[in-house]
Amino acid sequence: MSKMNLIAEPGRPDLQMSREFNAPRELVFKAFIDPALVAQWWGPREVTTVVDKLEPRMGGIWRFVQRGADGEWGFRGVFHQVQAPERLVYTFEFEPMEGHILLETITLEERNGKTLVTDTSVFQSVEDRDGMIASGMEGGAEESWDRLEELLKTL
Amino acid sequence: MNTTFEALVDPTRRHILDLLRERPRLVGELVDTLKMSQPGISKHLRVLREAGLVSVRQDAQRRWYELRTEPLEEVDAWLEPFRHAMEARYERLDELLERLQQEEKHDEQDESDR
Repeated sequence: MSKMNLIAEPGRPDLQMSREFNAPRELVFKAFIDPALVAQWWGPREVTTVVDKLEPRMGGIWRFVQRGADGEWGFRGVFHQVQAPERLVYTFEFEPMEGHILLETITLEERNGKTLVTDTSVFQSVEDRDGMIASGMEGGAEESWDRLEELLKTL
Repeated sequence: MNTTFEALVDPTRRHILDLLRERPRLVGELVDTLKMSQPGISKHLRVLREAGLVSVRQDAQRRWYELRTEPLEEVDAWLEPFRHAMEARYERLDELLERLQQEEKHDEQDESDR
C-alpha cells in the first residue's frame, strides 16, 4: 500500500498529493525552508541538489539546481505566502521549460505528533499538468533502466 | 487514453462507473439512482462504451451494463512513474526527519549526561 495519496482528476489543471510524516510540524516545516535540509531530500537520490537561493518570505526567490549524469537544470519560483509552521505558497518553474509556471500550496496539519503534508499544484492548463505527469514518467523510466542495469551487473 | 480522459471528465459518468463498480446494472436502475432521464443516461453510457469503460451483456430481454477496468489500468500505469518519483522524494524527507529527531534525542542525552 502506497503511503502517498495522489489525486489527478482527468480534465483538470490541478493535482494534489498528501502524505503523513512521523515528525512534529515545526520540524517538517523547517525541512521545507532550511537550505541545508532541502538539499538533502529535494529531488531524486541519484542527482545532487544545490540550493542556490531560498528566501522564505513574501516576494522571496527560491532556486535549486540539480546535477545529474546527463547535465544540470534549475528550478525556481517566488514565495507568495510563508506562514510558519502551517502554510507555504509559491510559484514553481522548471527552467528548461520557461514560462510553464504553476502555483504550489503546501499545508501542514498536526495529527497527534505526526504531520499531514498536502501539496496542491495548479497549472496554467490541463496540458501543462499532463505534461508534468508525463515527464515524471520519463524520470521513472530512467530509474527503471538504472535498476535493470544494476541487476544485469549482478548476473 | 485521451478518450478515457474525455469519458472520465464528466462527474455523472464517474458516478455511473462508481455504481457499476459495485455490480452490473440495468439502465432503469441508473435512471432511478441518478434521477436523470433515460435518454440522458443512455447518452452517457454510449460515451462510456465508446471509451471501452463499459460493456453490455444481453440477458434475455435485459441489457446489463458492466464495468471494464482495462482503460483505467492504462491511466493508472500512466500515473505510476510520476507517483513513484514523488514517493521517492517524500521517502527521502521521511528519512531526513527521522535522522533529525534521532540527533535531537542524542543531544538531549548528552545534555543530561553532563
